[in-house]
Amino acid sequence: MTDIATMPRPVSFGRRLKRFMADRPLIPLIILLIILVVILQILRPGILNERWIANTAKFAIPLAILAGCQTMTMLTGGIDLSVGTVATMSAFIMATQIVNQDPAVAFLLAMLPAVLIGLINGIGVGVFRVHPLIMTLGTSLIGTGFLQVYQRTVIASGARIPDFLNWLGTGLTYGFPNALLLFVPVAVLIVFMLNRTGFGRLLYAVGDNERAARLSGVRYWQVITALYVLSSLLAGITGLLYIGLIKAPSLSLAEPLVLPSVAAAVIGGTSIFGGRGGYTGTIVGALILTVLTTLLTILQMPEGGRRILFGFIVLFVTAAYLRIIEDR
Amino acid sequence: MSRFLRNQGWVAGLFALLIFLFVVTKLIQPGYGSGDFGSLARAVLPYAFAVAAQTVVVIAGGIDLSVAAMMALTSVTAASMMNGASEEYALFVVPFVLAMGLVLGALNGALIVVTRVPDIVVTLAMLFVLQGAALLVLGAPGGAAAEWLKASVIGTVPIPGLPDWADAWVPKALALLVVCLCIVWIPLRRSRLGLSIYAIGSNELAAFRSGVPVARTRIVAYALSGLFAAMGGLSLTISTGIGAPIPGPYLLASVAAVVLGGVALGGGKGGLLGPIIAVFVLRLVRTDLTLLAIDPNVTAIIEGAIMVAVVMFGAFITIRGRPLGATP
Repeated sequence: MTDIATMPRPVSFGRRLKRFMADRPLIPLIILLIILVVILQILRPGILNERWIANTAKFAIPLAILAGCQTMTMLTGGIDLSVGTVATMSAFIMATQIVNQDPAVAFLLAMLPAVLIGLINGIGVGVFRVHPLIMTLGTSLIGTGFLQVYQRTVIASGARIPDFLNWLGTGLTYGFPNALLLFVPVAVLIVFMLNRTGFGRLLYAVGDNERAARLSGVRYWQVITALYVLSSLLAGITGLLYIGLIKAPSLSLAEPLVLPSVAAAVIGGTSIFGGRGGYTGTIVGALILTVLTTLLTILQMPEGGRRILFGFIVLFVTAAYLRIIEDR
Repeated sequence: MSRFLRNQGWVAGLFALLIFLFVVTKLIQPGYGSGDFGSLARAVLPYAFAVAAQTVVVIAGGIDLSVAAMMALTSVTAASMMNGASEEYALFVVPFVLAMGLVLGALNGALIVVTRVPDIVVTLAMLFVLQGAALLVLGAPGGAAAEWLKASVIGTVPIPGLPDWADAWVPKALALLVVCLCIVWIPLRRSRLGLSIYAIGSNELAAFRSGVPVARTRIVAYALSGLFAAMGGLSLTISTGIGAPIPGPYLLASVAAVVLGGVALGGGKGGLLGPIIAVFVLRLVRTDLTLLAIDPNVTAIIEGAIMVAVVMFGAFITIRGRPLGATP
């Protein structure tokens, strides 16, 4: 009797779970994060202390900002694969120009390529309608080429990490990483922009139904150009933060962050097809990936294995979200 | 004749451009001869296979972002298998690697069909996975290639009945390329399967209603793409003598050559000849830049800019052509 009564339950529970996950993606994500931390604590008892948390936050912040670029571009159905190159360029130019230049001038010089690449991306995607993936991949290839030429010209001057970036990237104040001083305003700004401003609404509108958005008077190319410039600028600032953390300027500095940044946004519930998602989920996604990376390092999984895992995570999560949307 | 010109006009124009570039090359470097043509053919080899891989999928209405990563994986697999092994062992390695490409390509297609996630996302995820797998196989550039394989792309093909000066213009690399492509492409183009590939690219719904097995055809198209990518990976190992786990710039180059070759990015149009000629054009431009004594890093920038411009142009034509109902 009880068997029969409970029979239809699993089905409805599954549906309810799907509903729940679609409505509040943040709660399962936080549960997943806690599970990962608990596993970490079981594998390495005592790892969970103040220093570890601060360290995790330090490494999660650059990833979270880059994932913010992916979140915003994904909302319009795009993606920005040039963030790694842009961050590397800003970091490298900053580290080499600070030797002979005023910090403010060096900063402006470092941001210049970011704006240019963002502008080209935006025009290519918005005006010429090239697929964002191909476009941003192309500009990142060109950017890397410029960086190699640039490296030749400054090889004599040497490089130095400015003290300020050192302090911002690695320093702690009362146990809190100084990087939070940069991250909290950026995060608040992105969340506010996406939820409360007209520009944020436009991003969702364009991603949800581009045709409808156009017909209701949205100037598509202006929105897209502004979006990609903004994304590039954020990537450039991340590069400055990251060089303070890593302290070794190289031509492939931020390249390893590109794939995790896409994965973080996808895990955080932002649809890669546009129109759905938000930045808070992405932040939790970045934290999950950082903890997962620590876990995989402890388990001694090589870099290759990590990439395979991240690739499958992107595929699996996208497929799962697709099912949830279809169900509704 | 007029019908031939109408159908093949784009390819004919491209071929004229190629001849023109050869003339320019000869003007820049009066000593440009058969030996230089041989090295051009060797440089083209991996690019041509990458383009063939991309062409099949684009004709079927999709896109394959994992081409370069697939080439890296097959290249390192071949290089590490042949490392320290006997010359005869390579006879087993070649079919094994080709089969691997075929299976991995089919996996790409199957994932697209089963998960119903768009091709661009699936192949992006597979790009990460294959890259990781390549790093697992070989952490750093290394391995070896069998001597007879290396010899198969160096030198010229002696054709009986031809004078020596004409023989010199038939490099083995070019002959190998033509043979490999024809073995797969000509039977395909003449078969029902080839027609199905064009049909699903042109109009999937119409193809489905006329009884074309859409899912199976799509999987086959990706499998063939994997096969061509494996050929590309093998040719990389053969021409360099080692395998490198970091993918080269083949993805963007393949998309640019496909667009330049007159294959519509929407699918269902074009052939293999156009993209292959386009690859020669793009490579020859690079040769000319080198002959003009331009810094190789600057050459990379110019090349990247040309490829991005070509892709932009292709996308522009696609959107301009659509409302008029006339596509180039």
